[in-house]
Amino acid sequence: MTNTSELLNQFHKAIKSNEIEIIDLSHTLGPNTPMIKVPEGHGKNPPPVSLEYISNYTDDGGHSRWSTLTTAEHAGTHFDTPSHWTSGQDFVDGNTETIAVNRFLAPACVLDYSDGVKKNPDFILTKNDILKWEDQHGSIESGSWVLFQSGWSDRFNDPDKFLNMDEDGCHSPGPDPDAVKLMIERDVCGFGTETIGTDYGAASKFEPPFPLHYFMHGANKFGLASLTNLDKLPPKGSIIITPPLKIAMGSGSPLRVLALIPKL
Amino acid sequence: MTTLLPTPKRKDPVKRTRKPSNPPRQRSREAQGLAAMAASGRFALQVCQECSKVQYPPQQFCGSCLSDRLKWQDVGNGGKLLAETTLQHSNDIFFRDRLPWRLGIIVADAGPSIVVHLAEDCVQGDRVRMSLAIDRSGNAAITARPEKPIAREEDDLQLREMAFDPKDRRVLIVDGKTEIGLELAKAFTKAGARDIFVGHSQPWRASIHLDAIKAMDKTTTYPLDVTDTDSVEELAAMIGDKVEIMVNNSYHLRMGGVLDRFDINTSHDEMEIHYHGLMRLAAYFGPVMRSRGADGHHGASAWLNILSAYAWINNPLLGTYSASQAAALSLSQCLRTELADGGVRVVNTFIGPIEDEWYQLAPPPKLVPATVAKRIVESLQRGLEDIPIGAVAEEIIQRLAENPKEIERTIKL
Repeated sequence: MTNTSELLNQFHKAIKSNEIEIIDLSHTLGPNTPMIKVPEGHGKNPPPVSLEYISNYTDDGGHSRWSTLTTAEHAGTHFDTPSHWTSGQDFVDGNTETIAVNRFLAPACVLDYSDGVKKNPDFILTKNDILKWEDQHGSIESGSWVLFQSGWSDRFNDPDKFLNMDEDGCHSPGPDPDAVKLMIERDVCGFGTETIGTDYGAASKFEPPFPLHYFMHGANKFGLASLTNLDKLPPKGSIIITPPLKIAMGSGSPLRVLALIPKL
Repeated sequence: MTTLLPTPKRKDPVKRTRKPSNPPRQRSREAQGLAAMAASGRFALQVCQECSKVQYPPQQFCGSCLSDRLKWQDVGNGGKLLAETTLQHSNDIFFRDRLPWRLGIIVADAGPSIVVHLAEDCVQGDRVRMSLAIDRSGNAAITARPEKPIAREEDDLQLREMAFDPKDRRVLIVDGKTEIGLELAKAFTKAGARDIFVGHSQPWRASIHLDAIKAMDKTTTYPLDVTDTDSVEELAAMIGDKVEIMVNNSYHLRMGGVLDRFDINTSHDEMEIHYHGLMRLAAYFGPVMRSRGADGHHGASAWLNILSAYAWINNPLLGTYSASQAAALSLSQCLRTELADGGVRVVNTFIGPIEDEWYQLAPPPKLVPATVAKRIVESLQRGLEDIPIGAVAEEIIQRLAENPKEIERTIKL
């Protein structure tokens, strides 16, 4: 007990002294947040995020400023629970209310493919890519996040480029089914990405469609979308904090993602 | 020939802006009947059903036989100018600000003698053409022009007070990503608008219509999302004091009613765009437009909404859409009264199904966007207020007047 108390004490000191640095992996949430577009017949589109003042230090609000926030659960930097997908709907501990809170703090492996994505926005993250990364950095340990660094967050402030749509649909990088299966073999905590959703832009063409959602949530694992600042994290050795809002039966939630990294 | 309309100049920042004032407002209930005719562009007067005498000014009883069976009927708008005068003095602030002001007495072909606001080219003894217009107070007024249209008659400064001619005015078209938006930009260019500001939202969605608008001479495009208060506020801060004609053509149509498509999200979108969108635009563009209602010959003049004719009667195939349009119509009536203090008029146009991707399943007749735009500009030039455009809208008005229950039970696309 004393040892654990000492550990927490040291932890706090390390944060205060900046030996452990905290990096914000979230984008700002607001009316300019790009929203996913679903093709007609494949589901419904979420409303844009809106913020309307209840009062703004005006007479009717006296001394206060506060707003009404309208948002989809999956907007901006957000958390996908297992219950987000059909394949994960039966997990009792699979929604924002019921997920065990100790799963909201986990180490992260950061896989940097931003060069490949720069050359090809339709970059597919394959099983081989992950195995190669493991050759270099060691295996992905059970309970870690896999964070896919693509440089895509640079596009966040331009919704057109962020969604990157044309007649064929969305063009953005993501994993193929075999890559997802490998991550599940490694028993990851979940998969995080800089794009608007965790799956590949044209993931409807895979078998099964949207393999990341299908397999990852079907294995009671999580997703994180629209992350930023992944370039500030080491490939291994960081811990990320990801508690979503405790929304009743929530399938996900916008959230603040914080990463703890050892100061270089 | 009418004197050339002075070209608008940059405002002198030291000079005080002319404040809006309105001509006398009080009118009898009977006189409001004349406003109703003017609003829809008719030239109609009361006609006695007993003795056929045409009445003017509007009254409760026939001036000839005292019958109370007076009915509004379209009558010929021709007449002869009996006398003319030019007002050099008035105790009314509105007219004082605009002197000299020409008035005339017309002997109408339909019978009565009528005092009119007179165009500068009318000469005593000439044949004239009368129109029912609406003045800055929202009341009906009769104007007269030479019988045969002459060049540049829209330049007449006095009659310009009773219409919203886009010539030399600056227009904001809210949504440039629709075909109607493009056709409006073309029609306003043709009508001589000074600048055409065009809004666009949803940056991820390409639009050939917006591309075409960008290639035009008088247009400038701006991001404008009527569902986002900040976006509306930002654009109002940038160009609000330049907008002289507002054209709210924001549009979000999805088919479906309540039982067969219960979907709060879609109806939320419809309300956000049609109802709250109008409210946001009004909140940020309305006050400055109201304050500029008398700002020179080119001041703020009209706020035009393109609404659906299903705002009057719900079409169950477009159930929630119709409801959101009814909400927008109701709000526009509130805005009409509020903007009237500045002499700025809310004009509502009502359209039926149009030829676009969202009305795929509606059978013809469908409106072509170019026709809608053309009618809108004409309506502004004539100073109308409630304008049905196309066969569907006109039929709805007629059937509602004849038997509202019949149309409620049988309306379809």
